[in-house]
Amino acid sequence: MFYKSIEKAADSYDVIVIGSGLGGLTSANRLARAGHSVLLLEHHHRLGGLATWFKRKGHIFDVSLHGFPYGMVKTCRKYWNNTIKNAIVQLTDIVFDNPQFSLKTTFDRVDFTQILINKFGITQAVVDSFFNTVSKMNFYDDRTMTTKELFEKFFPGRSDVHRLLMEPISYANGSTLDDPAITYGIVFSNFMNKGVFTFQGGTDKLIGMMQEELEANGVTICTQSKVDRVVIENGKVKGVAVGEKVISAPTVISNSGITNTIDNLTGREYFPENFIGEYDQVKVNNSSCQVYMGIRKGDSIPEVGDLLFTSTAPDFEAVEMRAMNTCSRTFSIYYPKTRPEAPDYTIVASMNANYDDWDGLTADQYQAAKQDIIERSFSDLDRYIPGARDKCDWVEAATPKTFNRYTLHTKGTSFGTKFEGLNISRTLFKAIPGLFHVGSVGIIMSGWLGAINYGVIVANDVDAYLRQ
Amino acid sequence: MTRDEIKDVVLEIIADIDEDAEMEGLNPDEPLRDQLDLDSMDFLDIVMELRKRYKLQIPEEDYPELATLTSCVNYLEPKLQNL
Repeated sequence: MFYKSIEKAADSYDVIVIGSGLGGLTSANRLARAGHSVLLLEHHHRLGGLATWFKRKGHIFDVSLHGFPYGMVKTCRKYWNNTIKNAIVQLTDIVFDNPQFSLKTTFDRVDFTQILINKFGITQAVVDSFFNTVSKMNFYDDRTMTTKELFEKFFPGRSDVHRLLMEPISYANGSTLDDPAITYGIVFSNFMNKGVFTFQGGTDKLIGMMQEELEANGVTICTQSKVDRVVIENGKVKGVAVGEKVISAPTVISNSGITNTIDNLTGREYFPENFIGEYDQVKVNNSSCQVYMGIRKGDSIPEVGDLLFTSTAPDFEAVEMRAMNTCSRTFSIYYPKTRPEAPDYTIVASMNANYDDWDGLTADQYQAAKQDIIERSFSDLDRYIPGARDKCDWVEAATPKTFNRYTLHTKGTSFGTKFEGLNISRTLFKAIPGLFHVGSVGIIMSGWLGAINYGVIVANDVDAYLRQ
Repeated sequence: MTRDEIKDVVLEIIADIDEDAEMEGLNPDEPLRDQLDLDSMDFLDIVMELRKRYKLQIPEEDYPELATLTSCVNYLEPKLQNL
């Protein structure tokens, strides 16, 4: 991939996008197509944000590829192109294994209904009523009801059912039973529409195709270009400063985290007091750990499922899931079908994690803790793929510190903010005209589909602002 | 623009957004959302396209006015009468 250095950027644009996560990429593409001149700046050497991959010893490891809802098909067709849309394929084997139940599912409404009736003994009427309730939820609905209360209403005392319904969503966006029921309902319904999907060809292929589309639409892309600050003059956006260079633009979209955008890139002194008062209530979501395992060329592993939600914890417990010694993790298993042109087997174990647990460690403690999650992951994986460890020729771990280093997100958050972050993000330009934010906020604007759709929503706000 | 012209523009924009949209037999007084399987993102696309074509700003609180084909025409008629 070829990218320009910041020296090649022009002096002024209609829009400057800071950061190239899926939200930033989509806003940039949408605004360029609408006829605006767009500059996209990324601090890392590659585009994608957390939609990323890395290469080790002949393996390509995908960080967040598995899996997204069916809505991505329509979204990619409308806001990217048909070639991207056509590479979306279903993951059919989703596995749950914990002390309360073990099952395999296609993770859609039809299959879940059968499972809830036949395996959990819930009546059809209750299941239908639950699905109809969550599928009608909107983000502007009442949000005083928590997910826990929603579950108790339909499935009182059934911690096994609560776990089946909640566990995948906790891994998908860091939410818990204490978050608003509407955030659960919206995300869960998206998945239940048709199941779980992925991008054939891998994250590298997807981001490469997006980059081609951006360039075809005239977006200037500069990588390794870290924005130092957003320039504000007379209370309005004037542009951005990158090292010595100042580039002017009437609108800036930050695809950096919302906390980073306000505290570091802009400076809270530029915002009205009441806005900062509301902003200070925003809670940043948790981070993640991952263990990446590469199977030696020539070796293979059996098909045990695409996505495995595993735990040996007796109950579902969000605090347990985030603990350093958690015994709850997902395994994303990437078979040769992921990249038919370069067949390979890789396994990525993912855990939720707290940044603060990892931040206070000495260098030695940190290395030991990393080794510990590798050991625990191998030992859990052995239940599904006996002897997998001996077939690996590469293993390494990422922690909240790693996520922080590559994304610059406050406390390495991998899921943005809790619900209250959404309003701050959406009203940023009312506090400072010309300043917009796109990125994971409010739980619902998270994950690949949430990030892309939010990119479209923010592009519409920016377009309205530029044309007023 | 006449009411018929406005109606054609709306249908043309929807056809661009959803290539599978079946316009035949569309009831102008029933919600577009139910008949064409449009979602809130599709309505955002319609708003953005109207702005691009006619510099028309439709505030978020007016989005419900776009619910049916007839309500779209009623809402847009005074705004596009001089075009």
